[in-house]
Amino acid sequence: MELILAIGMGVLTGSGVWLLLRPRTFQVIIGLSLIGYGVNLFIFSMGRLRVNTPPVLQSGAVVNPADYADPIPQALVLTAIVIGFATTALFLVVLLVSRGLTGSDHVDGREPN
Amino acid sequence: MTDDASLILMIVLPFAGSLAAIILPTNARNAAAILTGAVAFICLGLAVMFYRSVLDRGVVRSDVEWLPTLGLDFTLRMDGFAWLFAMLISGIGFLVVIYARYYMSPEDPVPRFFSFFLAFMGSMLGVVISGNLILLVVFWELTSIFSFLLIGYWHHNASARDGARMALTITGIGGLGLLAGFLLIGHIVGSYDLDRVLASGDLIRSHDLYVPILVLVLLGAFTKSAQFPFHFWLPNAMAAPTPVSAYLHSATMVKAGVFLLARLWPVLAGTYEWFWIVGFAGMMSFVLGAYFAIFQRDIKGLLAYSTISHLGLITLLLSLGSPLGAVAAIFHMMNHATFKASLFMAAGIIDHETGTRDMQRLGGLFRFMPYTATLAMVASAAMAGVPLLNGFLSKEMFFAEAIETHADSILDTAAPYAAVLGSAFAVAYSARFIHSVFFGLLPADLPREPHEPPFFMRFPIQLLVLACLLVGIVPGLTIGPFLHTAVTSVLGSATPQYSLAIWHGFTIPLFMSVLALAGGAILYLLLKDYLARCEDGPPYFRRLRGQRVFERVLVAVSWRGARFLESHLGTRRLQPQLRLLVVVAFIAAAWPLYRLGFDPGRLTVQGVDVTFAGIWAVGVVCALGAAWQAKFHRLFALVLLGGAGLVTCITFVWFSAPDLALTQLLVEVVTTVLILLGLRWLPKRSADVAPGLATTAAKLRRYRDLGIAVACGTGMTIVAYAVTTRTPPVTIADFFLKKAYSEGGGKNVVNVILVDFRGFDTFGEITVLGIVALTVFALLRRFRPAPDNVESPEQQRVQRAFDEARPDREAGDTVSDYLLIPAVIMQWLFPVIIVFAAYLFMRGHDLPGGGFVAGIALAAAFILQYLAAGTRWVEDRLRVLPVNWIGFGLLLAALVGAASWLFGYPFLTSYSRYVELPLIGSVPAATATLFDLGVFSLVLGATVLMLIALAHQSIRRLRASRTAAQSNEEIA
Repeated sequence: MELILAIGMGVLTGSGVWLLLRPRTFQVIIGLSLIGYGVNLFIFSMGRLRVNTPPVLQSGAVVNPADYADPIPQALVLTAIVIGFATTALFLVVLLVSRGLTGSDHVDGREPN
Repeated sequence: MTDDASLILMIVLPFAGSLAAIILPTNARNAAAILTGAVAFICLGLAVMFYRSVLDRGVVRSDVEWLPTLGLDFTLRMDGFAWLFAMLISGIGFLVVIYARYYMSPEDPVPRFFSFFLAFMGSMLGVVISGNLILLVVFWELTSIFSFLLIGYWHHNASARDGARMALTITGIGGLGLLAGFLLIGHIVGSYDLDRVLASGDLIRSHDLYVPILVLVLLGAFTKSAQFPFHFWLPNAMAAPTPVSAYLHSATMVKAGVFLLARLWPVLAGTYEWFWIVGFAGMMSFVLGAYFAIFQRDIKGLLAYSTISHLGLITLLLSLGSPLGAVAAIFHMMNHATFKASLFMAAGIIDHETGTRDMQRLGGLFRFMPYTATLAMVASAAMAGVPLLNGFLSKEMFFAEAIETHADSILDTAAPYAAVLGSAFAVAYSARFIHSVFFGLLPADLPREPHEPPFFMRFPIQLLVLACLLVGIVPGLTIGPFLHTAVTSVLGSATPQYSLAIWHGFTIPLFMSVLALAGGAILYLLLKDYLARCEDGPPYFRRLRGQRVFERVLVAVSWRGARFLESHLGTRRLQPQLRLLVVVAFIAAAWPLYRLGFDPGRLTVQGVDVTFAGIWAVGVVCALGAAWQAKFHRLFALVLLGGAGLVTCITFVWFSAPDLALTQLLVEVVTTVLILLGLRWLPKRSADVAPGLATTAAKLRRYRDLGIAVACGTGMTIVAYAVTTRTPPVTIADFFLKKAYSEGGGKNVVNVILVDFRGFDTFGEITVLGIVALTVFALLRRFRPAPDNVESPEQQRVQRAFDEARPDREAGDTVSDYLLIPAVIMQWLFPVIIVFAAYLFMRGHDLPGGGFVAGIALAAAFILQYLAAGTRWVEDRLRVLPVNWIGFGLLLAALVGAASWLFGYPFLTSYSRYVELPLIGSVPAATATLFDLGVFSLVLGATVLMLIALAHQSIRRLRASRTAAQSNEEIA
């Protein structure tokens, strides 16, 4: 399982990095989103992969931490997802405004010579 | 009042006064002066009252913890030496305030002057009574900043601006050196506490880092005290108003450097390096400063070089490493402050009453201002070291020390000769000042008719000159005991026997004094005619100006250097920048792995679930496809991106993260809608427009980028695999799991972490979200689409043409026909989603859900309405106020956090209990739920605001083009 997820993360990140280095703004925004998936999964997997042990307590009285998945990476990733959405939105708007101002969707705001 | 409180008051009062002065109206000259004078007087009173405690207890301390883990305490510490300086700073400060009240013109914004003045006084008091080295540096840098503001007070004057900037640059750099030196000292001693440092002299002197420490600390002290080779800022600082010079450049700011040398004398002095570096700088400043002073035309320039020279004398005395030298140095610090402050004030009076400070234009003023002239003469005599004045006593001690042998070297042999030479120069420039200003003929072309100044402008000089005389005639009865307290506090058990008497018999020092007085007088007589008509500046050295070197260096560093770096290393293109970023990140991750050895772990395929593998096969294809298609097929790439997101979402569910899965799913929906809305404004691009005839260079670029991408992906895979196949160490997760219910009152640990344990982080997080949403909104208000996007999309045009061609159809019918069934479903779903969002929110504390998810869910409900019925239809029927929701959410979260203050707990402490509600039963009611409500409201507002702002662009454009079309028709 770890191997599959690791390969998946690698492909997400690699595709994202490839797009990040492309000249068109739309490619960059898709690339950033892909990197976002990869990195979120990476942070999440630092708490190790466990099946059927969500960090939702069964009873409040006695808690055995070994029965639950690590909640900290999950809390981190949850906010990361929301912030990721916000930055994607901001980047999208910057992209659109830049396209409107310069007439070009090249990342430098002008077509290469 | 306790000593503790009065120590703190001594620092706080000037800064509080400074704030009070700055809010006074610009023309409140008297109010500002009274306020400042009162503050200075109270500080002086506090200092006077302290003498008893200092005498009894030696050292008075006040400790307030600041950042104890970093060894940083707000420690104030008063001993005899600090006391003497505190008296000087507040006493002369008080006199300068009286003087400045009459000196400053009513046209100047005087409250601003006094505000800076008070802040400077507070910083200077802070420097002398700091008991912690870091605190000392903080106050040290504050004196640099406020001196910058004071020197540049007449900011319309270019030379004032330049002088201020130069003083700040030089002393600021020195302050950074000082900080570095103090950090090293703290590293060696293990504490920044001044008392502990003072007790660790042997340890520091024998340490390998002693020389670097010495150089860095001396850099700070020499720049501040304008010692050679950093002396050139002081003459340029003379563009300051004269009260500033009288205060900063005689008694306080420049004294901070020698204060520090004396303060750290027990720690750093006595070594060969100390003797050479400090001795050389001191001797050069002493002799050269005095030599330069003779040839100045500006009175203040003469006084500035004289200050450099006298501070050089003090430095030279401290360099000797003998206790008697230190006594003489401390004594001369006091003497110099009194006569130099009074001379600066006298120079200001001359300038004020005649309109010029040029000694070649002045003359014969004795007849017009006999009082001022007499006072200036006495003070100049003290500066020259004439018997029966305080300057004579310390100079005599200096001569006595100069002839002793301290460290056998050229410097030591040269000391007596340099001492006599420098003193003779001092006699010559003092004589020049007095003779050329007060005697001779009164020139005809003075800008103003000279006369005596107002009484209170002269009064401070009178007091100071009186002090010069009293100390000079009866030293044992006046300064004696106080000097002894100060000396003992610096030298401790090494305090030597010394005598402050005027008459020691016919000794070599007396002979040297006579020689210097006679030599100086003869020198002046010889130079008199030359000085009356020479150019400004000393012969031979006129061309060699530190100022010009400084400016060249500044230009080279800040302009040419920056330009060179920008043109050779910088780029305005984004792609190389991003490439660099990615490569650096890769190296930063790979380098430690390579250095420390890395074992990726054993590769096994055991336990692989076929379903999971299949899901990820889809995910991999989606990711690669999106990367492949993003250039020419944007919509397709977006769909594939959504596929990859969905696989990510399923992974979260699979591995026990239901909260993440929920959030990811909803964010996915909203992101996709958002990008779909944006697609319309991008340029058309199809594969056949750019044929596959890429150049070789472009192909090479692509291969390189592919290489980077593959390397990053592979690295990610290997690291992730290596980490996830290892057993985790014990983490703080156990703490959160155990305390989530007992202290946070919730069973969903992720949610409890977000809204309770790490609530402050979340608060910051939602603030960012709100700011981003407002930024998006603001950016879109100014949005102008590119020319090729102004027209409606082709599909819309076709549909409208079809509608218009048939009389039975109205425009927009076709599109609503297309969406008829989805639209009905979407409208019906509106209440369902609202209930769903409420459900997600309510259960969030105990089960997967929470404010983030609920907010995005409800935002999705709104955007569905927009999709179904169009922007206008929705906004006619619903009040959508996302900006208000953002504000409400942020305010609620902050108020919930602040409410815990009312109960005496830190910000965002939560409280939880169960509440019995009729019909519903037992409901958990934690204050964290209210906080979560704030999160919910903000996330909802931010998401809706961004989506709607983007959606509005289409109708705005349409509306604009329609109005344009209508007006065209009307014209036709």
